[in-house]
Amino acid sequence: MALPQPKADATAARTAALRMPEGAKWATAAREEALSRVNAMGLPGRRDEYWKWTRPESLVAPDAPEAAVFDAGEAPIFGEIDSVKLVFVDGVFDPAQSDDPSLGGVEIERLGDAAAADIHWAKDLFGVLEARGQSPVPRTLAALNTAFAAEGVVIRATGKAEKPVALVYHHGAAASDAMVHHCIRVESGAALSVLESGPGASRFSKVMEVEVADGGRFDHIRVQGRDHERRTMTHVFARLGAESVFKSFTLTMNGVLTRNECVIEFTGDEGVAHVAGASVGDGDFHHDDTVFITHDALDCESRQVFKNVLRNGATGVFQGKILVKAGAQKTDGYQISQALLLDDDSQFLAKPELEIYADDVACSHGSTTGAIDETALFYLRSRGVPKAAAEDLLVLSFLAEAIEEIDDQGIAAEILSRLEAWLARRR
Amino acid sequence: MNALDTEVKDGVDRETVEAVKSLSGKYKYGWNTEIEMDFAPKGLSEDIVRLISAKNQEPEWMTEWRLEAFRRWQQMDEPDWSMVNYPRVDYQEQFYYARPKSMETKPKSLDEVDPKLLETYKKLGIPLKEQMILAGVEGAEEADENRKVAVDAVFDSVSVGTTFQKELKKAGVIFCSISEAIREHPELVRKYLGSVVPASDNFFATLNSAVFSDGSFVYVPPGVRCPMELSTYFRINAENTGQFERTLIICDKEAYVSYLEGCTAPMRDTVQLHAAVVEIVALDDAEVKYSTVQNWYPGDENGKGGIYNFVTKRADCRGDRSKVMWTQVETGSAVTWKYPSCILRGDDSQGEFYSIAITNNFQQADTGTKMVHLGKRTKSRIVSKGISAGQAQNTYRGLVSMHPKAKNSRNYTQCDSLLIGDRCGAHTVPYIEVRNNSSRVEHEATTSKVDDDQLFYCRSRGMDEEEAVALVVNGFCKEVLQALPMEFAMEAQQLVAISLEGSVG
Repeated sequence: MALPQPKADATAARTAALRMPEGAKWATAAREEALSRVNAMGLPGRRDEYWKWTRPESLVAPDAPEAAVFDAGEAPIFGEIDSVKLVFVDGVFDPAQSDDPSLGGVEIERLGDAAAADIHWAKDLFGVLEARGQSPVPRTLAALNTAFAAEGVVIRATGKAEKPVALVYHHGAAASDAMVHHCIRVESGAALSVLESGPGASRFSKVMEVEVADGGRFDHIRVQGRDHERRTMTHVFARLGAESVFKSFTLTMNGVLTRNECVIEFTGDEGVAHVAGASVGDGDFHHDDTVFITHDALDCESRQVFKNVLRNGATGVFQGKILVKAGAQKTDGYQISQALLLDDDSQFLAKPELEIYADDVACSHGSTTGAIDETALFYLRSRGVPKAAAEDLLVLSFLAEAIEEIDDQGIAAEILSRLEAWLARRR
Repeated sequence: MNALDTEVKDGVDRETVEAVKSLSGKYKYGWNTEIEMDFAPKGLSEDIVRLISAKNQEPEWMTEWRLEAFRRWQQMDEPDWSMVNYPRVDYQEQFYYARPKSMETKPKSLDEVDPKLLETYKKLGIPLKEQMILAGVEGAEEADENRKVAVDAVFDSVSVGTTFQKELKKAGVIFCSISEAIREHPELVRKYLGSVVPASDNFFATLNSAVFSDGSFVYVPPGVRCPMELSTYFRINAENTGQFERTLIICDKEAYVSYLEGCTAPMRDTVQLHAAVVEIVALDDAEVKYSTVQNWYPGDENGKGGIYNFVTKRADCRGDRSKVMWTQVETGSAVTWKYPSCILRGDDSQGEFYSIAITNNFQQADTGTKMVHLGKRTKSRIVSKGISAGQAQNTYRGLVSMHPKAKNSRNYTQCDSLLIGDRCGAHTVPYIEVRNNSSRVEHEATTSKVDDDQLFYCRSRGMDEEEAVALVVNGFCKEVLQALPMEFAMEAQQLVAISLEGSVG
């Protein structure tokens, strides 16, 4: 079916401004296929149901809106954690600031290098999971990323990684438009942890395709740059094998616009996937968590925990869906989305969806929205806790369920301290 | 093979399975009445719209209203966002008006109505006699003398008769067919028709606005508690005929009315279209209860035939402290597309929605509600139970919207689904929009939220966990069913056996 004219025009205008990177035959073929997906689906517009609550215009426009470079003057997050650090400035890899990418049990390459090789394992991953994630709803911005992203890392874990890989995204120029595409494969029985931090660019598009083979484990902790005018669009596409574990946690602190899409597919039995997010927003802040989990195997467990704290007219969006295919018996699906509105101008919009075609499953979802509990506040104050401190305490306890999804206690403590600092700054 | 013969998983209450089975068994109302009919020519055009308007002896403004809706409808596309799949309807292959020949001149009283028609309703358990009527309830004769039900019987495109009109008139209540209301009470109809569901609202509502033939009209004046239950019974009889009823209920200040709706159709291999619009207006302190047992022909066990039920129902709680309660038991229709909604405009107004939707074989239901909170301190409650068996698909789709000005409002939503067999589907698509922080919105779809105190009490009396849960959940389900008026008691009782064990979000 032909696209409506405005959509076709917007898509053409956006792609005209971009240049497809060079690469080996297989990479070029994958990129060209992605481009044809873009042209067939069209970039998102206001009338698309999947973008009902988040306006995609600024993510789709040919030119990236400007964002002032922000320097908090504080120590970078995860700075204390021993890791292999890979730094991108406005989406371009900066070897000078990065560590030597050699790590026991892990192969790390730049996307450009992998894509130039005539034969590479990434061929089975690059653009493949993204393409699978295009149904039943189009995620055209991800396809656009596949077609045009020149940078990114290609990681293959063959054993248990000694330390995490930390991807750091710096923002350099005021009007930078960055696209980064990562491919990660965790082999059978291997384990890898990836940490991500930083605003990335004034407009930042990131796709991460993750394949976790049978018995593999992948941990993902992401902190999206704070107090920033940035606009961010991310996609995680994951395909999980039998008895694999996938855990992802995202902390978002401010930013004008953030849309995090996460598409997970269970293909082997007894897999586990947890996706969690804590986002705190103040003022001109729009945060959107869109999650789609497909259960297509026996006895898998999925968990979605999303918490939003919003004030001064901030907006939180949650679109979560669990699809249990026929035959995916013994599925355990859980989904919770909650918002704490600290004042009357903020808003939370949620669509927690279930689509179930198997009868022996336990799926549940819950969603609540409201203000701070007056009774709890009164109790704390009656114990002599000052009002501001009592509010902070209640906010942190509200976010706790999401933070508890982080297994590494050191990282959880660091995340908590960042949240405390955020609250303190907002006094 | 009956689809329900499939292996039932542990934890699903046997009684529930039996109940669903008996409901989905032989369709009791599938016979048809041999009666001579007048049809409008097949198809849809401006001429047909004019013809329907003329047959109803409508004034010029009404004809114009219809024509405008028709012109708009021609520009619209059939919606495809719901989780139902069906071959598109050919709107030119339908009859839009069918009237029994004997109804050409409207009978002055029920005594003059064609005995064949009276017989039809008697067979359906709805005798059109002015006596105490409790359809299907044993011992009705000895029941409370005061319990009367006024019935408006709609047969294909026309209202056959309305009982107890005189007695209602004494109380000041107007209860008649909508075509009669257009002639007799144009000022009320003009003021309210289309004010809740505008003629341009959606594809099916717009189609209805253009071609609606009959339906009921209720006006309850200020301060009046309607002395009896009002009910409309819709019967589709003619083949290839769509029924497009229009119901308008106006409950004035401090008034109260309880309204029931029932519907059946003969078994046929071809699908039939039913696109109704129901509008309710509740002014200050008014209360309206609207109950439906929807039992249109669902098609056979191979998914052949059945009614396409595309209905727009909406209540406007215009007045402060007004209250509207929707209760529905949906067991029929091949495809259901129905979202009875409340616009909570008045401060302190309340909306409630209780629904049990049962689908079997190849039935598909996409149903739910919208609660739009505009006024301060408005409250809404949604309780929805979906039960899916065979190869049926059952979707709850709902919207709860708290506008910035709806301070201190409250919503509670619970929707549970139960799957019987592994070839059916149950889906939940709730939309939640909260735009102020003094309101509380809770949505849940779990089975674990059984009251702990009640559980503890049962356990302390020596019940095991499972028994205790079953008891509490069954009690809860009964509570929903009891929201239905007595007249639906029989059908409701069959559903009481339903438990939520083994159910999913």
